[in-house]
Amino acid sequence: MAEALNTYKAGADENGHFGLFGGRYVAETLMPLILELEKAYVAACADPKFTAELKHLNTHYSGRPSAMYFAERLTAHFGGAKLYFKRDELNHTGSHKINNCLGQILVAKRMGKKRIIAETGAGQHGVATATVCARFGLQCVVYMGAKDIERQKPNVFRMRMLGAEVRPVEKGTATLKDAMNEALRDWVSNVHDTYYLIGTAAGPHPYPTMVRDFQSVIGEEVRTQLHEAEGRLPDSLVAAVGGGSNAIGLFHPFLDDASVKMFGVEAAGRGLNTGEHAASITGGSPGVLHGNRTYLLQDDNGQIKDAHSISAGLDYPGIGPEHAWLHFQGRVDYVSATDTEALAAFQLCSKLEGILPALEPAHALAYVARVAPTLPKDHLMVMNLCGRGDKDVFTVAEALGDKL
Amino acid sequence: MNSSNRIAQRFALLEKHKRSGLVTFVTANDPTPQVFMDILEGLPSMGADLIEIGIPFSDPMADGPAIQASSQRSLKHNTNIDDVLSAVTEFRRNEIDTPIILMGYYNPIYHYGDQEFAEAAAQAGVDGVIVVDLPPEEAEELNVHLRANDIHMIFLTAPTSSDERLPTILSKASGFVYHVAIAGITGTAVASEQLVKAAVERLRRHTKLPVAVGFGIKTPEQAKAIGAHCNAAVVGSAIVDVIAKSVDGDGKPAPGLTTKVLEFVKSLATGVHGSWP
Repeated sequence: MAEALNTYKAGADENGHFGLFGGRYVAETLMPLILELEKAYVAACADPKFTAELKHLNTHYSGRPSAMYFAERLTAHFGGAKLYFKRDELNHTGSHKINNCLGQILVAKRMGKKRIIAETGAGQHGVATATVCARFGLQCVVYMGAKDIERQKPNVFRMRMLGAEVRPVEKGTATLKDAMNEALRDWVSNVHDTYYLIGTAAGPHPYPTMVRDFQSVIGEEVRTQLHEAEGRLPDSLVAAVGGGSNAIGLFHPFLDDASVKMFGVEAAGRGLNTGEHAASITGGSPGVLHGNRTYLLQDDNGQIKDAHSISAGLDYPGIGPEHAWLHFQGRVDYVSATDTEALAAFQLCSKLEGILPALEPAHALAYVARVAPTLPKDHLMVMNLCGRGDKDVFTVAEALGDKL
Repeated sequence: MNSSNRIAQRFALLEKHKRSGLVTFVTANDPTPQVFMDILEGLPSMGADLIEIGIPFSDPMADGPAIQASSQRSLKHNTNIDDVLSAVTEFRRNEIDTPIILMGYYNPIYHYGDQEFAEAAAQAGVDGVIVVDLPPEEAEELNVHLRANDIHMIFLTAPTSSDERLPTILSKASGFVYHVAIAGITGTAVASEQLVKAAVERLRRHTKLPVAVGFGIKTPEQAKAIGAHCNAAVVGSAIVDVIAKSVDGDGKPAPGLTTKVLEFVKSLATGVHGSWP
């Protein structure tokens, strides 16, 4: 493990690196674009009008701050740690993805871009992107793996209702990774008018930093809300990690609070030992894909391996570079939960709290279920309930052998 | 021959004969290791002045459908860097003048090890390396080992590279400059002769290195037209398409595939060799 640092919030450096990770590994055609985006983002952050407009939209359009909820019955059920849910599934569009989309659409508008492209796995980011494009009157094209289109039909319909064109990607594994390849190919071919609205805290610099900044509203609210409820900091934070945008949003504001432990929960799919999983840190190694160096699932020749998870949002063979660095530094613990554990957590949460969680945070809850019983009753644990489960009802029904 | 000189000598030879050169691209082991080797060994006598060999990658983000499919055909044979280098070693037994450039994405190289890759590539007789997703800002970690082994790192310039940005790229460039003629992925749009002419004139103000132009050159006529404005024309997807048309659904080559590919290369060479800026 690396030495403890004075601060864990200094990254990325001027070249977009988090230690060994991150960077700008893109074709030359895209380099001028991401350099221009970085400039535009820095300028936006320094403009009070930009921050005020984003705050206004977060409050009045998205419904922030999202609630902080004491999960009383689950706490009693686990018999240990006192569990709070950060209710980001109550945001407009049903997940944390809107936080980032509102921020980036304002950046795109400042840059004068007329056409927005995005990749999506579970469809939550696609819906959030289609939503902000509708709101601001911009053209929207969403790339989505054909396999994901099949398992996330409700979200595909929502995107179409919002005026977006959903382009199926049949190549490769027909999931999130391939959707991202196609979005990058589109961007390189339409550089003059197109803005690529990346949904997770990955990709070339400045995306990981920008997405993290827009998602950090989650952790900042948690700090205030838990202080009001309990008068102190949380003892631990738990969030699901695919690319890792909801997790970095929850973690980042607390990185320099040494007493706060953090757990990122990767998708272990059918089990880490089966090779059919999406746990890039637990089961992968460093490599370069989609513009950044990070932990990847890859074979002995450096070819990217297929990920597997019941959750389309976690079904990605990489992870955001800041997570890779936080793992390397030992600041955040990365753990995993299987498909089966996530399904059990999905049902438990529905029955005991009256909340259908998305399959992504169901992975986080599966980890909570494992550790909460072992912790003292005064341990304050906050889990990011980052999406609602309505989109997953078909997948869950099928997994449970139910026909809808 | 010192490998670092092969590229310079080839461009010097082209200049002496007052003709533009042809750079061909084929993915290693596409469609099979044996057929690929036959094609590779046939290329110089058909007029290929420089040869690019693609290292296949599972996620070729800058490539269009033709080269994506070609990578997939190659990966069916589990082609790795050692296989690519063995093919170059084999090629070098009979052919010592034609420069070999490896082209691919960074992850397979990074996974192999930057230093190990540079040493093994030099040993095999590789002259240059193009890594599509290593812009100058990130290239030094590999380039330091390539330089130590006398291998040129070839950088790409794009229509989006501004005058302000060109020095960043060209200060690191060596061997030759590869200008990407279209803002897009390989094998899609057709390169515009007027835009290429202007782009190469702009590059000449910044560098004395030879300029090769690729992306969007599909026919002997286009190769000739583009060749008139630069030192060499690069053709990839169109050659790979000839392979694609002669394989069945399982990637099995039809008889005569090698001849078809080499005949097409010959027609490209005839086109481009008629040109000189």
